[in-house]
Amino acid sequence: MNAVSPDLDRRFRDAAAEEGLLDAAYDFVDSPVGPLLVAASKRGLCRISYDAEPDRELEELARDFGARVLRSPKPIDAARRELDEYFEGKRQSFDLPVDVASLADFNRRVLRELARVPYGEVVTYGELAARSARPRAARAVGMVMNRNPLPIVLPCHRVIGANGKLTGYAGGLERKETLLRLEGAIL
Amino acid sequence: MSLPPFERFYEQHREEIFGFLVRRLGRQHAEDAFQETFLRALRAYPNLRHGEHLRAWAYTIASRIAVDEHRRPRADADLPELESLDGRPAFAQLEHLADQLPPTERAAVVLRYGYDLDYSDIGAALGSNATAARQAASAGIRRLRQKELR
Repeated sequence: MNAVSPDLDRRFRDAAAEEGLLDAAYDFVDSPVGPLLVAASKRGLCRISYDAEPDRELEELARDFGARVLRSPKPIDAARRELDEYFEGKRQSFDLPVDVASLADFNRRVLRELARVPYGEVVTYGELAARSARPRAARAVGMVMNRNPLPIVLPCHRVIGANGKLTGYAGGLERKETLLRLEGAIL
Repeated sequence: MSLPPFERFYEQHREEIFGFLVRRLGRQHAEDAFQETFLRALRAYPNLRHGEHLRAWAYTIASRIAVDEHRRPRADADLPELESLDGRPAFAQLEHLADQLPPTERAAVVLRYGYDLDYSDIGAALGSNATAARQAASAGIRRLRQKELR
């Protein structure tokens, strides 16, 4: 048979990453909140997606980071390990570098503040807006959360409404609840 | 047509490119050539300006690598697997002669008669156009006929 064997396919994908030829590598990571599409650029972790539609995701990765987007497990191994530890309750913060360079200034500023919200705690949209030096921008902060390219690692699940309700989550409220419960932020 | 993410290009062409390399080089050497083909494609990918003629482009890279492999002196040179020539008898009879053609004619003949690409794809792969590709292929075929008659 003249078919590409899984071994040959894997060797090519590994070599492509090892030679530093990829703009973005991605793979799927199993988790209690469903399979996650996880991608890394040369600078760091650049995408985590729930319910990924691969066609759309790959197009977006190509647009944001360059056309050399390839499924390649090795560059994702570190993220896989940290996510596994997080879901096992053994990790409270992520050590991986993240790449948010393609985002607008405001989004980056809000996400930087978001990254400081500790494990097991929650903050309101208004409070996060105030910390990002835009106290009246609660709604804009909501939009930034909705478009967070790195949910879980940049913990937008820790942001809730002023009335204490969970309010919304791009991955669905059920996942937000699961994550907050895992962290002991809600019972 | 915009350039697709590399994953899509790779998924779409890996099987036929591998088949092509197995026919040219035998299975063992085809594996290395396969990896080299797609690594080379990956290196050049950012320089492509659009997503047209990618199949012909992939074949062009693979052909060049196959030619380099052939030229490399080897103690363990193996013959292409015979079964792989099935289905292309007419071209198979000429294929061994095609290696003696000038590079452009050889590429045009192999891509047209061995791999059934149309002339606009071949032209793009060769950095020229459909007319030039047709001329190169027919010049190549003329030359092959002469060789065969000799």
